[in-house]
Amino acid sequence: MNKLLTTQDYEKTCAIAKDHLEKQQKRVLICCGTGCVAGGSLQIYDRIKEKCKEQGIDVCVSLEHEPHDHNIGLKKSGCHGFCEMGPLLKIEPLGVLYIKVKLEDCDEIIEKSILGDEIIDRLLYKLEDKAYHRQEEIPFYKKQTRLVLANCGNSDAEDVLEYMAKDGYEAFIKSIFTKTGEELCKEVTDAGLRGRGGGGYPAGKKWEQVRKQKETVRYIVCNGDEGDPGAFMDRSIMEGDPHKMLEGMMIAGYAVGAQKGYIYVRAEYPLAVSRLQTAINKAREIGLLGENILGSGFSFDIHINRGAGAFVCGEGSALTASIEGNRGMPRVKPPRTVEKGLFGKPTVLNNVETFANVPLIILNGVDWYRSLGVETSPGTKAFALTGNVNNTGLIEVPMGTTLREVIFDIGGGVKGGKKLKAVQIGGPSGGCLTEEHLDLPLDFDSLKKVGAMIGSGGLVVMDENTCMVEVSRFFMNFTQNESCGKCVPCREGTKRMLEVLERIVKGNGTLDDLELLQELAETISKTALCGLGKTAANPVSSTLKYFKDEYLAHVVDKKCPAGDCQALKTIYIDAALCKGCSKCQRLCPAGAISGEIKKPFTIHSEKCLKCGACLSACPFKAIKEA
Amino acid sequence: MENKIDYEKADEILSSYGKNSCYLIAIMQDIQSEYKYLPVEILEHVAHELDVSVAKVYSVATFYENFSLEPKGKHVIRICDGTACHVRKSIPILEKLRSELGLSDKKHTTDNMEFTLETVSCLGACGLAPVLTLDEVVHPAMTPEKAVTLLNDVRKEDAAHE
Repeated sequence: MNKLLTTQDYEKTCAIAKDHLEKQQKRVLICCGTGCVAGGSLQIYDRIKEKCKEQGIDVCVSLEHEPHDHNIGLKKSGCHGFCEMGPLLKIEPLGVLYIKVKLEDCDEIIEKSILGDEIIDRLLYKLEDKAYHRQEEIPFYKKQTRLVLANCGNSDAEDVLEYMAKDGYEAFIKSIFTKTGEELCKEVTDAGLRGRGGGGYPAGKKWEQVRKQKETVRYIVCNGDEGDPGAFMDRSIMEGDPHKMLEGMMIAGYAVGAQKGYIYVRAEYPLAVSRLQTAINKAREIGLLGENILGSGFSFDIHINRGAGAFVCGEGSALTASIEGNRGMPRVKPPRTVEKGLFGKPTVLNNVETFANVPLIILNGVDWYRSLGVETSPGTKAFALTGNVNNTGLIEVPMGTTLREVIFDIGGGVKGGKKLKAVQIGGPSGGCLTEEHLDLPLDFDSLKKVGAMIGSGGLVVMDENTCMVEVSRFFMNFTQNESCGKCVPCREGTKRMLEVLERIVKGNGTLDDLELLQELAETISKTALCGLGKTAANPVSSTLKYFKDEYLAHVVDKKCPAGDCQALKTIYIDAALCKGCSKCQRLCPAGAISGEIKKPFTIHSEKCLKCGACLSACPFKAIKEA
Repeated sequence: MENKIDYEKADEILSSYGKNSCYLIAIMQDIQSEYKYLPVEILEHVAHELDVSVAKVYSVATFYENFSLEPKGKHVIRICDGTACHVRKSIPILEKLRSELGLSDKKHTTDNMEFTLETVSCLGACGLAPVLTLDEVVHPAMTPEKAVTLLNDVRKEDAAHE
């Protein structure tokens, strides 16, 4: 690829790439996000490529060649979001989305849908006997507004030229040639862009604070340490449209006068790291990163730092400490990151989704951006919809969309027709929403009012068989494991809370324990050093508030109404089914089973450990749980 | 048993980062992928070469979950216990594999050094929950039975190679 030296070079290259894209008779996009790769999409890609070659079909896997008519574009795309239905394959301009594609389907796809215009009914998404031909008609997509994720699934994630063919880097070039840093900060502030990492702090304000610092060495840091279990929005952006995020960082760099950017990515996201590295290399090669970009006088470069498995590194000061090669422990603030961040210099720290919003604002304007979402939270938000819901996946909706629309219209309701019990939002720092909140608009401020938070955007749907006490134990266990140990309230407090919760799920809790939980929760929230500690008790406080009865059932009646807590179950033998073979008696580690051969056996509940060894062993399925 | 530590690879890695101590984490990541764990001798060598204290290197190595001071098994299985996998019942899979391999929450690696079984907080593949990774390859929609089949497949493959 030739290095671009001027804006004319850039425009010319864009025009050629656009021409090439338009001349592609068919574009075959195979989803190569983590989910579909796990389902074998890379093998499908290879098979189609190989088969096309065998048949002498003119296949282009990148836009680097001369544009020519009647060629077929074959692309590895980013995540479509509909992970449950993967591997996904999309064919443009037919607009058809094939689901659960297998290697055996490749020949038929080539013959009918690539060479011809026939649609293979068997591979279409179907709901209630209706087959959906076009992707955007599928209910999962119909109610979404995919802007930040627009290219995810529709573009070759590794091809910088394809990004440029779709107006990529135009916002950056517009910024460095026609705007000042001050104007850009103001634009982002006026657009009302709030940090998508959870806090919702106005991004433009942060930029302006860094821009105004006396110190001239400044840094841009992108937080890609998406540690919240159940969240994968940032992973999908990094994998599916890495250039958009880089462009956002580059604009921020120019706006605040920084020359270096760092991306901190979780070690658990190897694919994101490799896609980002490819994207950075390509951007350097083509001259969009480096010294004196397109002759503008602005120089900027980006480095990747891989995390090493510490949730606390999602916190700003811990993250910068980790980039510096230290233990990732938060520090007391002030000074804030905007004053003394990475290497003690003023630093803009935003998350992946926040940066990916920036090019959209610069390209389409403040008014356009503010027309989306709600007054205090403009724009869209990506959510990871998971748990006991029919359509799990990655979605993007305007801020202020109600929970009902998300779960029932997009998510297709609770799995197996069960009853919705709760929606956990915002991961281990967030809270639970219940049926009464179904019409609550999802935005920063509305959620705060009911004791939850948008967090990074994980939405975990829980059905009636989920025990909320167990869920809060699960989150407390997570936070306790991840507490860095620097401050006492978090290190000791979360440990005590976990002990209490473990007691309760084992049936050994008392009413005093509930009060103790409440007291600990309040103390930790008020006194912990960083965000992790301050929000650690949220899942407990919010379940105590909305599911008090369930806690009471555990401590007073020693019962788990959801039937989830192992220790509170009773295991019994159904006398009608038991043949008296004595297998269970021989297996029981506690000697809790007795009986006479060929007559029904009994379990003595006072001795039973509820280990379940007998349950799976019984050849007659006579042993049951209640 | 290997009793001689090969410092050559570590030196190559150190030089590739210009022996700059702010790359300590990246250096140790590379060392771990080369040696499969962080041998104490190598950590001391790293401290010496970067001109930082051994305590500093050790403190960073023990802080992060991904670093291991113990050698791991030939195959590493990581069961995701993120929220989505947890509510779709990942724990029974963990328990099944533990009993198959004779491991526990204290013992993660089999005596014959064949398998290491760990949990991981979230792999971000929540749409396919519950998932596990076997040697970095993600396996979707697992059940205890499927996991055991997977285990036996690996054993069979290894036996065929011997």
